[in-house]
Amino acid sequence: MKLLKLIPDNTNIHFLKWRLPFYIISLLLMAGSLTLVATRGLNLGVDFVGGQMIRVTFERSAEAPVAQLRGEVDKLGYGEPIIQRYGKPNEISIRMKLPEGSDHDPALSDKMARTITAAIKTAHADARIDGVDSVSGKVSKELGWDAFKALGFAALAVAAYIWIRFEWQFGIGALFALVHDVVLTLGMFAITQMEFDLNIVAALLTLIGYSLNDTIVVYDRIRENMKKYRKMPMPELLDLSVNETLARTIVTSLSMLITLVALLLFGPDVIFGFTAAITLGIFVGTYSSIYMAAPILIWLKVNPKSFIPTESALEKQERLARERG
Amino acid sequence: MLDFPRWKVLWLWALTIVGMLAAVPSLTATAGLNWPSVLPEPKINLGLDLAGGSHILLEADPSQVRQQRIEAMEESVRNKLRQSGDIRISDISNRDGALTFVVADPTKVDAVREAVLPLTSGAGLTGQRDWKIDVVDGNRFVLTPSQEGIDQAVTQAMDTAVEVVRKRIDALGTKEPTIIRQGANRIVVQVPGLQDPQALKNLLGQTAKLEFKLVDTSALPSDVARGIAPPGSEIVPYQDPKLGAIAVKRLGGIRGDQLTNAQQTNSQQTNEPVVNITFNSDGGEKFAKLTTQNVNKPFAIILDGKVLSAPNINEPILGGSAVISGRFTTESANQLAIALRSGALPVDLKVVEERTVGPDLGADSIRKGMIAMLVGTGALMAFILITYGRFGVYANLALVVNVLMILGIMGIVGTTLTLPGIAGFVLTIGAAVDANVLINERIREERHRGRRVVQAVEMGYKEASRAIFDANITNVIAAVLMFAFGTGPVRGFAVVLMIGIVTSVFTAVTMTRMWVAQWLRRARPSELSL
Repeated sequence: MKLLKLIPDNTNIHFLKWRLPFYIISLLLMAGSLTLVATRGLNLGVDFVGGQMIRVTFERSAEAPVAQLRGEVDKLGYGEPIIQRYGKPNEISIRMKLPEGSDHDPALSDKMARTITAAIKTAHADARIDGVDSVSGKVSKELGWDAFKALGFAALAVAAYIWIRFEWQFGIGALFALVHDVVLTLGMFAITQMEFDLNIVAALLTLIGYSLNDTIVVYDRIRENMKKYRKMPMPELLDLSVNETLARTIVTSLSMLITLVALLLFGPDVIFGFTAAITLGIFVGTYSSIYMAAPILIWLKVNPKSFIPTESALEKQERLARERG
Repeated sequence: MLDFPRWKVLWLWALTIVGMLAAVPSLTATAGLNWPSVLPEPKINLGLDLAGGSHILLEADPSQVRQQRIEAMEESVRNKLRQSGDIRISDISNRDGALTFVVADPTKVDAVREAVLPLTSGAGLTGQRDWKIDVVDGNRFVLTPSQEGIDQAVTQAMDTAVEVVRKRIDALGTKEPTIIRQGANRIVVQVPGLQDPQALKNLLGQTAKLEFKLVDTSALPSDVARGIAPPGSEIVPYQDPKLGAIAVKRLGGIRGDQLTNAQQTNSQQTNEPVVNITFNSDGGEKFAKLTTQNVNKPFAIILDGKVLSAPNINEPILGGSAVISGRFTTESANQLAIALRSGALPVDLKVVEERTVGPDLGADSIRKGMIAMLVGTGALMAFILITYGRFGVYANLALVVNVLMILGIMGIVGTTLTLPGIAGFVLTIGAAVDANVLINERIREERHRGRRVVQAVEMGYKEASRAIFDANITNVIAAVLMFAFGTGPVRGFAVVLMIGIVTSVFTAVTMTRMWVAQWLRRARPSELSL
């Protein structure tokens, strides 16, 4: 049987030749993402800003009557709703601020949910209420802080692990690559204004894990080659390592994409944003392990001596003893 | 490498088969088949976001516990000093987070201190006491509850609250509720399948603190209307706002917490819904004493700080039971009966987070998740097969075993499958083949460098396993943090990821190595098609 070969053997692409332009592009993209997050903001869900979210499916309509709904809910006097499609065009979420004073009297937010769902059901016979989430301001602040801590700790913990397993330069390179991946994914959420909720934080954490897979595979090969070719200049050695692992990088990324595309096309609508975040992360992660994680080693001056085993005290004694004869 | 002793092979297969068999009940349940009940049934639980149901997060206010302790202390101090005879205290206040009072005779200060000290007790591990006793200006006592004492009281109150919540939910007849303490002062309640949590919330929102207090008939109606109470009395509003408020005496009433039963019935006179309560013997005696001493005076029945009704005591009530009326509907009377039967909550509980998921959305998600998994796995297996041939077959076999083992372990551990968990599952499948890709690519490489078949395979597994190990450790780190900081659905996702990481290393590395080794020994190929 003739096997599929996506990457020819013994490729010799000079990836690192373009490291400076790609670094500049990446830094610009990161700056752009952060600017977008700062100016346009993330479309934070009730998990992080508090409030009430009602999910509705219009079972016999091809498309949810968003404009009409906005009018209907607005009329009820609870303030302006944020209505957004998720998944299919007939599936929407309606987000509201919690009514004033509901911190002390939860009955007020109950009443709001009831009034709104009743109004929707009266106006649209095919409306199916799929869920109501109410999150108080206090809880949402805690959830946001917890999410932030989880992301921060995860990034630092994996970087520390890589530092222990490799060298400090590798730890910094990995940290930089994953910050790059997370920042660009955040940028995508700022551009598309997809809802940013707790699930997306889980997606970002997954991304930290998986985008590091690529980085680790490349790093592992760099370390191996550094021991093997002590005299090779770093750029050349990095190119060699990236080329040697290129087939694996492509096949694995394709494998992940195959399952992710299946999830995007056929999977549950509610987690579309979640899947989209990870899909983008896989692309960005593959790129960053080649163009972010590897070149930084040159600038941080890693050299093959880093991996020559250092002499232990016992060995030194033995050597001196031998020298004395 | 080729050396796989028989015992090792048997062990690996035994592990695999047990893991896969454990997946069967979960699969048959999804397919709608019955599982013989005599067999063990390790089934995967569905999270609320898949099964539909309600999630409610309740929170207690620690400052309420503090105030309760101060008020209880006031009563204890009064009783104690009354017993000890000739000590008079005045200017008693329980405001501003402390109990203060003035001892009229400054020479009695030490006697008072000695009387009060036994009312406090140790709290915490470092030898603090639960109250701080200070004397200022020579004869003014200031009793401040210490933080340790309050923390201890909050913990006790929450333990009781969890029990009360459980009793009330059981009384509603809901099935399989989950009730867990969270943090210092929160309780999570999850009820699968519950679509309208209103009744549940009404029930949990009721503290059900029932009190009987004497009405202060000396209060002028004009003062009451302006909220001014005579000394020793307090103004309590009616539950029905139209009735206004009345003044009741702060002390001398009794608590309605010593009950053996509470039932909703209909009043024999008016036929409106009422609640019939039965005291235990101690409570019955107190109630008899209160009603005997106050015949022909009105007393107020107060629930959670609101007056339900204020009937006249026509005759002593000695039978140990009483009827509470208060413009109930059948439903609200029934809820009150349940709340009274299950005991009062030691603190008020407020809903701070609530999530309800309809059943259709969950069913839809499961169906779509299954389709995505089948399509994704199928496409992936085809891709791996055409890329790696025979080695691809092994990788695919490992993948199938992996999927079944994840399901099996999830069933055995009793984890909950959530919506992001489905995504985690599909993702794990995609990531699991990474180990095989790494190994197979390495074998290819080693062959190109001119190693012989067996050596190339051996090197492939050896050299690739380092990167596989490191990559999986970082994934575990991310998953552990997700579990530590996440809630509900996100935790479910983290658990699936962790199980998937362990099983995928087992199947993709160990199992395939065994299969490849057996093949190499049997067929002794001189060339690898890879």
